[in-house]
Amino acid sequence: MSDFWFMGGYARYVWPCFGFAGIVLLWNIWSARRALAAAKFRATRAMAMAAGEAP
Amino acid sequence: MWTWFYKLASPPHVFGVAVALAPWLFSAAALAIAYGLIAGLAIAPPDYQQGEAFRMIYAHVPSAILSVTVYTVMAVASAVALIWRIKVGHAVAAASAPIGASFTLMTLVTGSLWGRPMWGTYWAWDPRLTSELILLFLYVGVMSLRSAFEDPARGDRAAALLAVVGVVNVPIVHFSVVWWNSLHQGATIVTLEGPKMPGSMLWPLLSMWLGFMLFYGAVLCIRVQAEVLDRERQSAWVREAIKS
Repeated sequence: MSDFWFMGGYARYVWPCFGFAGIVLLWNIWSARRALAAAKFRATRAMAMAAGEAP
Repeated sequence: MWTWFYKLASPPHVFGVAVALAPWLFSAAALAIAYGLIAGLAIAPPDYQQGEAFRMIYAHVPSAILSVTVYTVMAVASAVALIWRIKVGHAVAAASAPIGASFTLMTLVTGSLWGRPMWGTYWAWDPRLTSELILLFLYVGVMSLRSAFEDPARGDRAAALLAVVGVVNVPIVHFSVVWWNSLHQGATIVTLEGPKMPGSMLWPLLSMWLGFMLFYGAVLCIRVQAEVLDRERQSAWVREAIKS
């Protein structure tokens, strides 16, 4: 098992490489969900304002 | 068939398709990436020249393919939006830009980590590396231009124009290793003689590539929902969509 983590002496390149890839994937999920939540909030606020301005 | 094609120009239809597709694409991407990671990191044999360092291919190559694929999607969507004035095109282009930029950054960082043990340096002003860096600048330029205008429609048009002009960099990235002397290795998977890798190394790579493509589709579905909602905020169908 320690051979696996050692990666033939290249561990300090291989694991940061996959670590950075993981960070990018997680950032994409987080930022997309955040963008959708913000867009829903803006749409809801616009609906509320339109309802408030209605006679 | 054409009815289906025309529906792609309809914001409520695209919104509905994006809502329905996202969870399936995320699940399929997770499966493909999980298999690619396990087979690539633990099962594939070490390379006869690069040893275990070659395993960085499973993060670097899929992200590199995605960086140019997403740019091409963004440019085509921008061209469609400019030529036929289809608003969904701008939404797809705007949704693709941050995803493509992040995968271009991943390509540069993972390539740099791979370059250090193989070439003895993290960075060289090599044609492939430099054209990939220009691709990142193009993504940043498209995103900056879109947000630089007070009128969102003008921002959309300016960003679309830059995206279409910048697509000239895509073949430069791809053929840079052929046209110029390069530290970077040439094509390994798609060659006239077939893949230059044995199946035990190739299948995990294809699985990671598929997984990254599905992941892009999934994240695009979420971001397109946000872009369409922002553009159609005043429409009656948005009220119904938000309520449900």
